[in-house]
Amino acid sequence: MTDIASDKTPVEKIPVTVLTGYLGAGKTTLLNRILTEPHGKKFAVIVNEFGEIGIDNDLVVGADEEVFEMNNGCICCTVRGDLIRIIEGLMKRKGRFDAILVETTGLADPAPVAQTFFVDQDVGAKTRLDAVVTVADAKWLKDRLKDAPEAKNQIAFADVILLNKTDLVSPAELREVEARIRAINPYAVLHRTQKCAVPLDAVLNRGAFDLERILEIEPAFLEADDHDHPHHHDHDHECGPGCTHDHHHHEHHHHDHDHHHHGGLKHYHDEDMQSVSVAIEGDVDPEKFMPWINDLVQVEGPNILRSKGILAFRKEPKRFVFQGVHMILDGDLQRDWRPDEKRVSRIVFIGRNLKEDELKKGFLACAA
Amino acid sequence: MIQPASSLADRVQSLAFDAHILAAGFLGGEIVIVTAEGTIQIGREAPALRPHADAILVAKIVADRIVTAGDDGRVIECRPGQAPKLLGEGKGWVDALALGPDGATAWSIGRQAFTRDGKGQVKSLALASSARGLAFFPKGYRLAVSQNGFVALWFPNMAAEPEKLEWKGSHLECEISPDGRFVLTSMQENQLHGWRLADKGHMRMSGYPAKVRDMSWSHDGLWLATSGAEAAIIWPFAKDGPMGKPPRECGARPARVSKVAFHPKALVLAIGYADGWVLLVRLTDASELLVRAGGDGAAITALAWDHDGRRLIFGAESGAAGLLDLPV
Repeated sequence: MTDIASDKTPVEKIPVTVLTGYLGAGKTTLLNRILTEPHGKKFAVIVNEFGEIGIDNDLVVGADEEVFEMNNGCICCTVRGDLIRIIEGLMKRKGRFDAILVETTGLADPAPVAQTFFVDQDVGAKTRLDAVVTVADAKWLKDRLKDAPEAKNQIAFADVILLNKTDLVSPAELREVEARIRAINPYAVLHRTQKCAVPLDAVLNRGAFDLERILEIEPAFLEADDHDHPHHHDHDHECGPGCTHDHHHHEHHHHDHDHHHHGGLKHYHDEDMQSVSVAIEGDVDPEKFMPWINDLVQVEGPNILRSKGILAFRKEPKRFVFQGVHMILDGDLQRDWRPDEKRVSRIVFIGRNLKEDELKKGFLACAA
Repeated sequence: MIQPASSLADRVQSLAFDAHILAAGFLGGEIVIVTAEGTIQIGREAPALRPHADAILVAKIVADRIVTAGDDGRVIECRPGQAPKLLGEGKGWVDALALGPDGATAWSIGRQAFTRDGKGQVKSLALASSARGLAFFPKGYRLAVSQNGFVALWFPNMAAEPEKLEWKGSHLECEISPDGRFVLTSMQENQLHGWRLADKGHMRMSGYPAKVRDMSWSHDGLWLATSGAEAAIIWPFAKDGPMGKPPRECGARPARVSKVAFHPKALVLAIGYADGWVLLVRLTDASELLVRAGGDGAAITALAWDHDGRRLIFGAESGAAGLLDLPV
């Protein structure tokens, strides 16, 4: 019997970008910048109902930020009930928009927003979470990291961080705040901005939760799209001929002495939020790894904000890739390991009070 | 399996609209189709009404009126031969809507529920969390409001605090049995929950692979058909309710049931599926009749019988629709 249903083209899921950031960091500036760029895209925008309404868009919806625990015995498995309802309503008007932007309040925890896309079947069937973008205030973030756990959550959770208002701080202060960010989240792509000026492809269509696009999980220090030339923040428009899109990396090499990447960054240790990375130079035994990771997120899920891994399973030609939010894990076999690629298994966690030694010991015991 | 001989497909007239069909039904003998893009089509000939500023989010149709609510925060009633009438207006999306006896209407916007009786008196209730479902009791002026963690039973004309039926989790759609003895909700966790009001007995009806988004009572009030599985799941409500009794499963197919509608006079259930199929199933012998073999493949989103059970109307996510005239 042939399967007629399989002839259908898969439904294109609507991408959803979540914009977070502490009060006053510049979320609405970024939102308006995304909406007004000449990209020809139509957005549906979900803002919190108490926010300033100064958004120039046809389809703007006010949300209540109602966080619900799922009644499945998992205390950190929370979802945004209002988001489920709003997305359901929006999806009845397909064709009105190509993408959804969700702006959270400054005090919001991004986890329930992200989890909504993995826990709710109806939402997950029609939309996909593209990335969590966090706007941080270069001048005030350092203080907020001390007194506002929400600000720390937002940094820890981010796939992309805009370190905004860089014109209000000295180069030394900027390096300092960047080092503080990296102490919490070394994996996010960081852009230094003024008035949230970034090319749109830096924040949209990132595929940060797409297993197919988790290519590597090295710390992202060198990917940072930054210069030390504050007047050059518009660099994408100032490139000379022959300059490719890779020029950020080129400039890193050329102006190495100007930059304060990994080697130049002060190392901070954040007392309650850290990242842990563990690698096995070789294969992992899935019979050991699967029970271990499942058990780990059951127990430590509330503390683990994000997790990712690329693993070489014994006798498996394909890479196993997973990513997780608290207790929710999403994993699959991806492309083949290339012949020139070293079969290395690596996992990373970002979270609160992580038991680094236990994590390392536990993962290393999964070696094949 | 369905035999060609048991098909009613050649008695279906196709209709087409250009947006997601939210609700379909009959009003004064005429067909009604409501789309998410804000149109209300009454009858075949008349131009569509567009009483809202933009989209319609929820719509309910009963024998003599249709009420719609939109993202403009307005709740509008249409009756045959009358101009659309504004029943209420608020700020924000209208999330839920229910029609009750004697012209009563209820709606909710975020954390506020409203009722309007047939004389036009509006009452409001502040809620702890957004209402997802509303249902009027068949008798007395009483409204059930499903929310996160409980269902509130509210007498709008009484000063007393609403009674709470508690159960952990987020309650979505709300239904009350025709005899007023049972309150049921569908839940975020792919199950139904119910309360027998006489003794506050709990009913847990689980095992669904998806959320239950549609429910329909049989004409005798003894059966509740539900969507959410790859068959219509039908719970027995005779005597003490479904506690300890297995449900019936009818119309099993390799596609999820998206809409259910019991015939108004017979134990026949119309079932709409996520792949666009529509079947009729007779409960007494489980015999099946084909109404639509998928059409354009879009999920059935609206399904309703007329008052006599002679005609069945259905609509799909794609805007495709159809009208079945049963042989006399």
